[in-house]
Amino acid sequence: MEIKDDNISAMCRPAIGEAGRTGDWRDSTPVIDPAKCIASLKNRPACYLCWLYCPEGVVITGNPIRIDLDYCKGCGICAEECPARAIAMVMHEEAKNE
Amino acid sequence: MPEKLFNVNQKEYILPGNRSCQGCGLSLAYRYILKALRENTIMTIPASCLTVLHGLYPTTSVNVPCLNCTFASTAASASGLVAGLAAMNRTDTTVVAMAGDGGTFDIGLQALSGAAERGTDFIYVCYDNEGYMNTGTQRSSATPIGALTTTTPVLTKQQNKKDMMKIMEAHDIPYLAMMSPSYPVDLYDKFVKAKRIKGTRYMQISAPCPPGWVFPPKDTVKLGRLAVETSVVVLYEIEDGKFRLTGRSKTLAEKGTRAPLVQYIEKQGRFKKMSMEQLGKMQKWVDGKWNEYLKRAEG
Repeated sequence: MEIKDDNISAMCRPAIGEAGRTGDWRDSTPVIDPAKCIASLKNRPACYLCWLYCPEGVVITGNPIRIDLDYCKGCGICAEECPARAIAMVMHEEAKNE
Repeated sequence: MPEKLFNVNQKEYILPGNRSCQGCGLSLAYRYILKALRENTIMTIPASCLTVLHGLYPTTSVNVPCLNCTFASTAASASGLVAGLAAMNRTDTTVVAMAGDGGTFDIGLQALSGAAERGTDFIYVCYDNEGYMNTGTQRSSATPIGALTTTTPVLTKQQNKKDMMKIMEAHDIPYLAMMSPSYPVDLYDKFVKAKRIKGTRYMQISAPCPPGWVFPPKDTVKLGRLAVETSVVVLYEIEDGKFRLTGRSKTLAEKGTRAPLVQYIEKQGRFKKMSMEQLGKMQKWVDGKWNEYLKRAEG
């Protein structure tokens, strides 16, 4: 894939977490309730609107749906767009887990 | 929508942990642009929010080759890339120039007009967040009437938005489209279509900007949807001169039920000093455009 070219000097390389762990920007954390989530209830790939509308692409589809909390900036679009209202934005969730 | 959703390319080209703001409309749109264009794409971008998203040397958060160029030369650098690729016989690569509304409506206009006139084979994407958001919300010619910006802090902007789609249409290019990130499948389909067409293609995306438009980041998708419901943003495409309304705008045209403009205005802090007179002027402008589109869609 990578071709070495002496003419190229300042070239960036792709890296995850270019701006650091952007999960630190978050003040409230999305928590998915599997009792309400349509994909979990139907037990097959369904709905996935949280994945569709996530600007970061940190929603991992599957069963159950997971969110990469290391990089989720906590904008709350998934909670707002969930048709089943299965996602809640919980304040200080991290502090509770530690 | 869900059935169509599973046909969308599952691969992510934007890596997590980039520098875009919470709830960025551009980031959401860009995810689907790259999903639709896939590999064999070269981006060229001027100074804009997109450069911020792409990141600082020596790392980048996007898995696609990208050239950073100066503000006024986006389309010119794309022309150079196209010529270079042609010389190397690499005709399967798509060149995409992407700039904000400042880099398209104001600063990059002459380079874009030149490239469109030469019929350069590339896709030009303008993500329109209605101001110079990267440098701190200055007024651009895409800013709507009545909006507060840091360069119109007291009296708000006095003029209506420039109709860039009309300017580009006048160049007789094969494909133009207007999109919103709140309708990602519509956006995805248009980019898949644009990739197959040869010649200059101009795509404009209305990208809601939470810090610039002053609204909570969770409402990005909602606001984009409201813009379409009130027909401030109309989803359409012009293919070889043939005008076609698409997606939600097509449904709105068939039903004839548009929401009043005030629903869109009241959600945004940037319109808090808008006068009733300006609201009336903007509603008239929006209605005029909508009727024009309806007439064109009919025949």
